[in-house]
Amino acid sequence: MSEVVGKLKERFGGAVLAEEVSCGQQVVFIAREALPEVVHFLHEEMDFKHLADLCGVDYQGYKPKRPVSERFEVVYNLYSLSRRELLRLRVPVPEEDPWVPTVTPIFRVANWFERECYDLLGIRFEGHPDLRRLLMPEDWKGHPLRKDYPLEPEEEWPGYEKLREKARELSRFEWGGRRVRGGEHGA
Amino acid sequence: MAPKVEIVQRQFGHPEWEEPFVVNMGPQHPSTHGVLRLYLELDGESVVRCDPRIGYLHRGLEKLSENLTYTQAMVLTDRLDYISSAANNVGYCLAVEKLMGLEVPRRARLLRTIVCEMARISSHLLWLATHALDIGAMTVFLYCFRDREWLLDIYEKICGARLTVSYARVGGVRLDFTQEIVDELYRFTEEFPGRITDYETLIDINRIWLKRTKGIAVVPPEKALNMGLTGPSLRGSGIPYDVRKFKPYDAYDEVEFEVPVGKNGDTYDRYRVRMEELRQANRIIRQCLDKLPETEGEPVIAEGAPDLLMPEKKKVPEAAPHPKRGFLIKGAEVPVVPPGEVYVSIEAPKGELGYYIVSDGSGKPWRVRVRAPSFVHISAIPEMIKGHMVADIIAVIGTLDVVLGECDR
Amino acid sequence: MGIEKDTVEVAPGVRQIPDTPVFISPVDYLINWARTGSLWPITFGLACCAIEMMATGASHHDLDRFGIIFRASPRQADVLIVAGTVTKKMAPIVRRVYDQMPEPRYVIAMGSCACTGGVFRTYSVVQGCDEFLPVDIYIPGCPPRPEALMYGLRRLQEKIRREVGRWGSWR
Repeated sequence: MSEVVGKLKERFGGAVLAEEVSCGQQVVFIAREALPEVVHFLHEEMDFKHLADLCGVDYQGYKPKRPVSERFEVVYNLYSLSRRELLRLRVPVPEEDPWVPTVTPIFRVANWFERECYDLLGIRFEGHPDLRRLLMPEDWKGHPLRKDYPLEPEEEWPGYEKLREKARELSRFEWGGRRVRGGEHGA
Repeated sequence: MAPKVEIVQRQFGHPEWEEPFVVNMGPQHPSTHGVLRLYLELDGESVVRCDPRIGYLHRGLEKLSENLTYTQAMVLTDRLDYISSAANNVGYCLAVEKLMGLEVPRRARLLRTIVCEMARISSHLLWLATHALDIGAMTVFLYCFRDREWLLDIYEKICGARLTVSYARVGGVRLDFTQEIVDELYRFTEEFPGRITDYETLIDINRIWLKRTKGIAVVPPEKALNMGLTGPSLRGSGIPYDVRKFKPYDAYDEVEFEVPVGKNGDTYDRYRVRMEELRQANRIIRQCLDKLPETEGEPVIAEGAPDLLMPEKKKVPEAAPHPKRGFLIKGAEVPVVPPGEVYVSIEAPKGELGYYIVSDGSGKPWRVRVRAPSFVHISAIPEMIKGHMVADIIAVIGTLDVVLGECDR
Repeated sequence: MGIEKDTVEVAPGVRQIPDTPVFISPVDYLINWARTGSLWPITFGLACCAIEMMATGASHHDLDRFGIIFRASPRQADVLIVAGTVTKKMAPIVRRVYDQMPEPRYVIAMGSCACTGGVFRTYSVVQGCDEFLPVDIYIPGCPPRPEALMYGLRRLQEKIRREVGRWGSWR
């Protein structure tokens, strides 16, 4: 058990749900309610100034044993430049009410990471200043990185449907028999 | 015609005139490096608010990797940062190797270091070319592409492809270098430092270049770290964070090189840092080439490296284990990649490129997450651009060296 | 004396009387000849292939020798080179750029992604840009080499040379 984990346990006790070491990297499970305080503590007092990565993982149907059994997890990879140490926080998020408090006030870089996570996995970040879709169009249905979202959904995005219709209609006016492909999607 | 007084009043006080002027820059714009779209609110010529809209190249790469085996998914990493695809491959392979616990032979590590640094040179050359072109120096563009073609020709000799190389494999590299490639690389490293000096004479003290870059988009070190900048963009602000030094991978602990840092954190400093990195990359390639004869005849791929079509976890009938790839144990159930998770980052030319891979023990990754430097850098544009002119936006986009394939994934 | 014997064919269908500035040709062929020498593609890079497109236009491969000069505005361009993966979010914009181009206009699908979607058979990628654009030339490859792009452009020039009935009063 590294020094950081000891201090975290001492300070936050019940909020540290579990800990493990994976491939030589320290992992700590944190309850979501205590997340802003934990991150603030790590940032200010333990000198983890670099938030390397923030992402969500969907564990629906994951077979190997895990310390917690919630469907989603939000993963924070923190790096300390002075001690050259990587610490990973994993925050379990239940399926019914997927929300996590934001860490944007502490790390400005988290802003877009959280927006992306909301876009692709549908996890809301409470207190985020500007939680909109980032990668997908605004009126896209569903969250693509969820495990129950198919790789190629049956239903087409209406914006693209409209475009294809327009293209088929306009192709009458093209010169020299140039046509757009009228077949089914992906055919 | 309205009297003069009224016009002045309308400009400074009438609500209708206080509304900002909205301009959409992109996605089809010659100098936004791909399909970046900036939603700008302008007050005259200066930027009030900037809101980058991305996702125009979102290809579902992370989702797609979950449906492919580990070796198949490696091909997709080429298409992330397509200017320096060799570095992407190496980062991905490092992550999978760490999950599997594979030890890479020394020769393969040296070869990987060479292709990584070649990727850095070709990426920085393209950056210099487009950055200078955007600011108005056309000549640099043509000179840079001349040398880049040379590098791409060497890549072609190494693996047959110019851009999407897929040279690294999980556990090593695809093929060994031939003597011809080594000779060509020696010739390149001989000549290249002189070429860098050529570029510097073109723009280093050019008055237009200085006016367009000095004091533009200054980022203080604390703020740069908080905004998540990495790579040359962070080092331009004076923080010597380089993954090659902090967490050495491949053969970077064997070679000597310096990490150049800037002082002021403006566009010019970031330009200087990248130019210096070109020299260091050249130096690293040279040192690795000198070390290559020591490892002559070693294998370039580790024992037990996974095959192209990775078998899922299953019982193997009586057949003996494969002579080279020893992971098929008779009658036992062996997961090819054991369950676990790992975060591995490398120093890609753009910044810190991280791979977070979760494995569930089957032949396919459960989750592949790419921490792309360009994604973070684009999110920093609104902060860097505040109070600058419209023309400086081009300089800011150029200095951050963003690639949209990696940003949107 | 006949046209065949006393004139020289300088381009398909265009004959010149030697040592004079006199050309004998149907107007179609004459205009096509002129058009093939000045194809202006629009600078519109989408993904990886855009880098190869830049490399083709730059010093080593030099597209200028075919009279091909990249033009930044769709209003003055003849060819749209769809260089790279087209996503569903991007497709309306590609189409709008195409709509802004004046006739006669041509489309080259460069790279596997633009031709068929390539490796990216996912929720957000258009499976071939011919779903919403009339494509003239397909160039496979991931990414195609500059030589392949040049070959594609030469094929487009051949296609333009064969066009008839486009110019003249019967149009």
